[in-house]
Amino acid sequence: MTIFIDESSKVIVQGMTGSEGTKHTRRMLISGTNIVGGVTPGKGGQVVEIESRQLPIFNTVAEAMAATGANVSVIFVPPKFAKAAVIDAINAKMPLAVVITEGIPVHDSASFYSYAQTVGSTQIIGPNCPGLISPGKSNVGIIPADITGAGPIGLVSKSGTLTYQMMYELRDIGFSTAVGIGGDPVIGTTHIDCLRAFQDDPNTQAIVMIGEIGGDAEERAAAFISEYVTKPVVGYIAGFTAPEGKTMGHAGAIVSGSSGTAQGKKDALEAAGVKVGQTPSETARLLRAIMGR
Amino acid sequence: MDLFEYQARDIFEKHGVPVLAAAIATTADEAEAAATAIGGKVVVKAQVKVGGRGKAGGVKLAENPKDAREKAGAILGMDIKGHTVRTVMIAAAAPIESEYYLAILLDRSNRTFLVMASVSGGMDIEEVAHTAPEKLAKVPVSAVDGISLAKAKEIVAAAKFPADVADQVSDVLLKLWEVFQSEDATLVEVNPLVKTSDGKIVALDGKVTLDENADFRQPDHQSLVDEAGENPLEAAAKEKGLNYVKLEGEVGIIGNGAGLVMSTLDVVAYAGEKYGGVRPANFLDIGGGASAQIMADGLSIILGDKDVKSVFVNVFGGITACDSVANGIVQALELLGPKATKPIVVRLDGNNVLEGRAILKAAAHPLVEQADTMDGAANRAAELAAK
Repeated sequence: MTIFIDESSKVIVQGMTGSEGTKHTRRMLISGTNIVGGVTPGKGGQVVEIESRQLPIFNTVAEAMAATGANVSVIFVPPKFAKAAVIDAINAKMPLAVVITEGIPVHDSASFYSYAQTVGSTQIIGPNCPGLISPGKSNVGIIPADITGAGPIGLVSKSGTLTYQMMYELRDIGFSTAVGIGGDPVIGTTHIDCLRAFQDDPNTQAIVMIGEIGGDAEERAAAFISEYVTKPVVGYIAGFTAPEGKTMGHAGAIVSGSSGTAQGKKDALEAAGVKVGQTPSETARLLRAIMGR
Repeated sequence: MDLFEYQARDIFEKHGVPVLAAAIATTADEAEAAATAIGGKVVVKAQVKVGGRGKAGGVKLAENPKDAREKAGAILGMDIKGHTVRTVMIAAAAPIESEYYLAILLDRSNRTFLVMASVSGGMDIEEVAHTAPEKLAKVPVSAVDGISLAKAKEIVAAAKFPADVADQVSDVLLKLWEVFQSEDATLVEVNPLVKTSDGKIVALDGKVTLDENADFRQPDHQSLVDEAGENPLEAAAKEKGLNYVKLEGEVGIIGNGAGLVMSTLDVVAYAGEKYGGVRPANFLDIGGGASAQIMADGLSIILGDKDVKSVFVNVFGGITACDSVANGIVQALELLGPKATKPIVVRLDGNNVLEGRAILKAAAHPLVEQADTMDGAANRAAELAAK
């Protein structure tokens, strides 16, 4: 099994007719994702051909769901229109909405997250994330499908390229699901949500958790691991050398005063019994040692 | 982006938050003129984006315009925790009866907004939170509903504001919410919010942080950027659209993806411990799809940093293809010609890695060497910087 997506996932792409949307629809189709249509307001009724697939375009997510039975939406809409796109998915009660878009104002993210909580039918992953992949079953977002295959490791990460790096380091073992949860200050799915799902997934045997400076998500995840997770977890934290008060690429990656430091996160994870690597490669070695591979 | 106090004050005034008369000055002459225009006693306040300026001598009361001139002369040019004072704010002095605290901020942990309010203002609020948490009311605010009058009254009651100022504080809260929301702020703080001896509520000092992701709908915010205070390399990088932060080490870093670049800095710092404490010189994320031009821009910024002794290019190709990165490096070195003088260690993995490595091997540029792993490359770059 996997978490969040599998071979039964029927995926629509919000923003499919834009250049990013078209490019990544093609990549997802090539990696075997069951893409059933797209949404672009005002272009409903059109059909686009991508990788020899005839994909219908709808004006709204609700129309797309009614016509195709889609249960996952992936959003490639520019920041300016992203809030409206996510609200459209929430109003349609889309079960899973994966927001790839980088650069969404945090007032918009806080607003659609809060609205999703109120409606209560949509899990959001992201924004500012690479999406997620259950290798060989479904790939929703921009994670390269050819790094590795299916296997027993679950991975959750704030960073896209560190996700790829870790999948590459452990490519001979493989992954149940790898989830990039995003580097923004407000994100829909947290480390904790993924840790819980991996703990409950019988096919995940060990978990890699990648964090970075800013906020207290890793500290909270450490507390959650202590009380809920019995599977082995190894961790990696990026940003030990980041200066206070500077945003390091990701909008959420900032040390404020003494809070959000890499050291604080590492200490919290280690106190919860999580082995934390000094580099991505060392983290991979720690996991191998635990798994006996 | 953090604003200066005077910028926060101006934004408050624009949205109807009560503030005192004030003007900025960059010379002693201007300070005297501003004090004359305001009249009476004034306060001369250093404009720096760092706390603790009062203790550092950056805030002085002036009896008259001549005195303001003198005090401004002393404060301008002062160094406060590494920040040079280029501007002072001259503000009317207020007879203060009570000091309070109000802030609206993004609460990342709970993914909502939060109001913090206290009748014990004027001091370090983190200390109040630590030593007397009962004196700091924390009230969550929904990003959908915001602060209504009823919510404002709830906050005022929770913080136990005295009855004689309750209505005024509620009104200030409504206006601060307007600032927070309409300006796309992630922090709006008033410390202190004061009651003057005639019973008026005034925002005496403010801190505002704006969300740069909202710049596309906040055209006015461009004028708030402190260009004079920017590091010249950071300013040059920003002009090229590069995500760059100057640090204080010797190994220039270029990578793709914020997380991988942060990790690269750390790995270089660990490797550098063996070489007398060599450290990363910068953060530079070239993002997805690095073209030759982006690589050339990035390399020229980094090679223009006199502190840089070696460069580490660390790319894991996801969307980015390693062959285009390799072509970028080769073309960048051609563009830079003799300006490129520092050794460059390149580690490529992922999408089209074999093609990428082959391109660099064929180019055989004397400054470029390849490494198989990220840790190995970091070690080599640190070693080269130590020489």
